[in-house]
Amino acid sequence: MKVSVTVNGKEHHGDVEPRTLLVHYIRETLGLTGTNVGCDTSSCGACTIHLDGEAVKSCTMLAVQADGASVTTIEGLAKDGVMHPMQTAFMENHGLQCGYCTPGMVMAAIGLLNENPKPTEEEVRMGLEGNLCRCTGYHNIVKSVLAAASAK
Amino acid sequence: MIPAAFDYKRASSAAEAISLVSQYGSDAKFLAGGHSLLPLMKLRLAQPAMLIDIGRVKDLSYIKDAGNHIAIGALTRHMDVETSKILLEHAPLLSHAAGHVGDAQVRHRGTIGGSIAHADPASDLPATTLALGATYVVQGPNGQREIAAANFYKGFLESDLAADEMLIEIRVPKMQGAGWSFQKFNRRAQDWAIVGVAAWRRKDEAGVALVNMGSTPILATSVANAIAKGASINDAAAMASNEAEPQSDLNASTEYRKHLASVLVRRALEAASK
Amino acid sequence: MTITENKPTNIIGTRLLRREDPPLLTGEAKFTNDLNIPGALHLSVLRSPYAHAKIKSIDVSAALKIAGVIAIYTGKDLQSAWAAPMPCAWPVTTDMKNPPHYPLASDKVNYVGDGVAAILATNETASRDALDAIDVQYEPLKAVVDLEDALSDKNVIHKDLGTNKSYTWPLLVEETPGCVEEAFKKAKYKIKERYVQQRLIPMAMEPRAIAAVPQPFGGDITLYSSTQIPHILKVMSALTLGIPEQQVRVVAPSVGGGFGSKLDVYAEELLCMALARKHNTPVRWVEERTENTQATIQGRGQIQHVELAADENGKITAVRVRIIGDMGAYLQLVTPGVPILGAFLYAGVYDIPKAYDFSCTSVFTNLTPTDAYRGAGRPEATYAIEMGIEALAREMKIDSFELRKRNYIKKEQFPYMAFSGLTYDSGDHLLAAEKAAKMTDLAGVRAQQKKQNVPGATKLLGVGMSSYFEMCGLAPSRVLASLNYSAGGWEAATVRVLPTNKVQVITGTSPHGQGHETSWAMIAAEKLGVAPEDVDVLHSDTAISALGLDTYGSRSLPVGGVAIALACDKVIEKAKLIAAHQLECAAEDLQFVNGTFSVKGSPDRALPLAAIAFGAFTAHNLPDGCEPNLEAQVSYDPPNFSWPFGTHMCVVEVDTETGAVKILKYIAVDDCGNQINPLIVEGQVHGGVVQGIAQALFEEAVYDSDGNLKSSNLAEYLVPAACDVPSITTAHTITPSPTNQLGVKGIGEAGTIGAAPTVMTAIIDALSSLGITTMAMPASPQTVWKTINEATRGGKK
Repeated sequence: MKVSVTVNGKEHHGDVEPRTLLVHYIRETLGLTGTNVGCDTSSCGACTIHLDGEAVKSCTMLAVQADGASVTTIEGLAKDGVMHPMQTAFMENHGLQCGYCTPGMVMAAIGLLNENPKPTEEEVRMGLEGNLCRCTGYHNIVKSVLAAASAK
Repeated sequence: MIPAAFDYKRASSAAEAISLVSQYGSDAKFLAGGHSLLPLMKLRLAQPAMLIDIGRVKDLSYIKDAGNHIAIGALTRHMDVETSKILLEHAPLLSHAAGHVGDAQVRHRGTIGGSIAHADPASDLPATTLALGATYVVQGPNGQREIAAANFYKGFLESDLAADEMLIEIRVPKMQGAGWSFQKFNRRAQDWAIVGVAAWRRKDEAGVALVNMGSTPILATSVANAIAKGASINDAAAMASNEAEPQSDLNASTEYRKHLASVLVRRALEAASK
Repeated sequence: MTITENKPTNIIGTRLLRREDPPLLTGEAKFTNDLNIPGALHLSVLRSPYAHAKIKSIDVSAALKIAGVIAIYTGKDLQSAWAAPMPCAWPVTTDMKNPPHYPLASDKVNYVGDGVAAILATNETASRDALDAIDVQYEPLKAVVDLEDALSDKNVIHKDLGTNKSYTWPLLVEETPGCVEEAFKKAKYKIKERYVQQRLIPMAMEPRAIAAVPQPFGGDITLYSSTQIPHILKVMSALTLGIPEQQVRVVAPSVGGGFGSKLDVYAEELLCMALARKHNTPVRWVEERTENTQATIQGRGQIQHVELAADENGKITAVRVRIIGDMGAYLQLVTPGVPILGAFLYAGVYDIPKAYDFSCTSVFTNLTPTDAYRGAGRPEATYAIEMGIEALAREMKIDSFELRKRNYIKKEQFPYMAFSGLTYDSGDHLLAAEKAAKMTDLAGVRAQQKKQNVPGATKLLGVGMSSYFEMCGLAPSRVLASLNYSAGGWEAATVRVLPTNKVQVITGTSPHGQGHETSWAMIAAEKLGVAPEDVDVLHSDTAISALGLDTYGSRSLPVGGVAIALACDKVIEKAKLIAAHQLECAAEDLQFVNGTFSVKGSPDRALPLAAIAFGAFTAHNLPDGCEPNLEAQVSYDPPNFSWPFGTHMCVVEVDTETGAVKILKYIAVDDCGNQINPLIVEGQVHGGVVQGIAQALFEEAVYDSDGNLKSSNLAEYLVPAACDVPSITTAHTITPSPTNQLGVKGIGEAGTIGAAPTVMTAIIDALSSLGITTMAMPASPQTVWKTINEATRGGKK
């Protein structure tokens, strides 16, 4: 099955088995391994990417469903060697430890602020309900997102 | 994590989808947002031989004011239901419930039609549309028919949809200013409800439906009837489980579910009566 | 050895941002499954769907026909691949029973998830498809799931052992024989409680991943693994496979969390290595989450019987503890030692006489093996004593905080020789507890509680607390020897000043989220007077860091970090000799401040470390007998454990109608001695607390009576999300450890140890007016509701 997907601004054309999940296409075919897989039940959000500007779980999409779409992965955030403000906020607020959930968390957080630029703490916590982290207890993740929001 | 192999066809219209499903029969499944089906396929709990992708049938994604009711295209995403101005005005219970489905990422992909067609008693929107007295419009090889939500759910993940029929529209009566409440009780916000209640009330008229209280979404008619007869909220809520046959699982026994249902129905009616 | 004249340069103690972050934040970091390994075959492991069954036959013929499938091995096929069974490094007693455990089962499976066949295929899809095509015939046997049932030996799992009992480990400490019994006889107040530590699944966000890359002609093999223990894994895998140790290199790339679950030698690591050697080609494996819940170790799993005796003032006079430990089907690396790590802590932070009677009997069950999970034995012990204190306070009808105050070891008693013979290094429990109480506004909350918890109220307020002691910094090797642990507890460090005055630190610790690169650079920078960014920290590759004992048990800083400080001291000593030579003065006359040696009293006669480093490299002008280069290696064996402590408090509101518990406020006051980087310390506490809250409210590996795991994925095993847990208020007291020159203690597990009893005591406090005195973990809404229902049955409700 032919697919063309624009990933981080670059167009890719390929031939995939229909059962190829988008996350596997991104990681294995395109070699963009920043997007992680943490579960097999669409629960953890580690694989969160942006599809046409919105946060989605790339483990719960077939690559063929993304045909013609524009995808942004964690690798696509930094511009000219400078991290995205959300990435900087995570660093400045110690919003990550092992870093495995982090790419998905950052993508979800950016998606959250796109839809709600000035969230309350409660709204940040609710907005990240689909992303699990085992290291940080979320405290500093929430702080990071609030910091990124107030810096906007 | 890797689904079993399947064939894949993309439909560009409802008619094409129906012709494809007629061709492939019961081995085929519709794929809309995929958020009910793909998780099952990744664990190989579902292994359809053919997926018919209806996700690109763009003319089925809409929310329209149709006079007495709001017409929602089956492929409208949860996020769009949640944020629709029309629904916020005329069926706020539904937009609010849509905001409780899964998580943000799920709501960006999952569709109201997919959720209803999947007929999962633990899902929020089947019960909510049931409480609102919605009508579902389905299309088959011989044209369209309308099914009242109350007649749609037949068993666990089973509905009145024939194998070659497709849900195309959900018609939700305008709430006309009724009070409403959606109570979702779970241990983690992202999870399915252990018990959920969708309720609205306009004076002695009420609609109450229950999430995860049986093999189908449950219309709590006893509660509504009691309210109609002027019963107190407490007395009405005590009848919450009259129509339900809740199962026992990891999070809740049958007894606990029934108890929760009465508490949540009471709270929902209290909130809806304000 | 302390370099007293090295005045602080004020790097230690600052909130330096982590150098680990940019690669992790941008997707640049490589976790094991991100490595590009051309030609690698994919391994899938077929696992038993039965908890206990005989394998009657295995038919792989259909699976072998799948395109891409290269080979399939059963347990029998691989019997000759192993030089020894999988290792258990902690035979806690000489008569401990340890059934042979191989990477694949041969005749009988002993838990759901036990490996039955190994598939090699050219791609993951093919190996996954092959799993469904293998036909195994089983003869199901009765599964042993319940601990007390296991103890009865009605059904013996490992027939050759003749019993399900693995060992009984006693610790009886009596001032005079029989004094425990006597204390209980004489006690004015006694309590006897039973607690269940449910099984937990560690759930590091990165599932395990492995790649074994052989070099058949080079004669060695590299194992990439998401492990916490590359060094231990290297030795153990060499022994198990019968490969000369020097031919094995283990690399842990970025590791996505461990919490003890990657502190093990796993079947899949050995399978990848064995099959890579057999096929002369790389073999890789990645765990699926549903597989992880069964094939990776679980934690906790204990039944605790706790008795306390106290005099009329509530002074504890004796402690008696009986534990049944759930080992699961086999003993993994340190499985039997986990309850023993807690054995010394059932007196908690309290001053008790030598009247302590502990015994643990551990049993096999047909469940996934248990092993160390964050805290490992110590959260269990803390839970038992803290819940016991609450029970005793109820018995005495006094406030539990007051009872704690009467029993705390006092500040002036430190260093405190405990009943066990262990010396607690330093502490001030009252200070930490009072700080926590103040931050909680205990008096205010109590007043609010009085107003709110009136008869008929359905939202009840409760306050909980726990004071803990953590025995960590594992550990003095001699003490480990007395506990029959097979390895030592030292840690190695190398510090090297490069010609351009940049510094390399090589550590034997193996971080997986703790930020060692940042903290270790801070220690070396402080000691050597260089900027932290000029220090490179190398780790987690046995070809670079040859010596080490890895990361677990909150040991990395108090052992590994101290080793780095000591290696810096050695470097400074050597540099000083070179400086004295070049400045033509006596070494004793030199001081080393902010990276520069100068003659005391003549500050213009000075030589910066940079000049000495370059001089040591050129070796043009060194004192006689002085070797070129500026580097030092240290293997540091700590003289004592370190003893972090603290008090946590929380306020909960319980909805008595639904059983839902909401944490309104959580205060953690922890004392880990001096802090290298408070930013990182706080992060460790936040994460630890939430894992403890998760044990109290959310998580449990639920098995049915046939040994099937019902909570087998992240949709059913409830790791909480951001909206399910509160914001955590952290604070610290600082009581430096006198044991090491940095004054540090370790903070990795503290949060987890403090949190579960804090939440549970709060729930019970909230419900005390209903006559509730116990609550099972996790306190799920249903459990809370049921407990309320049972307590109030027959009442007004």
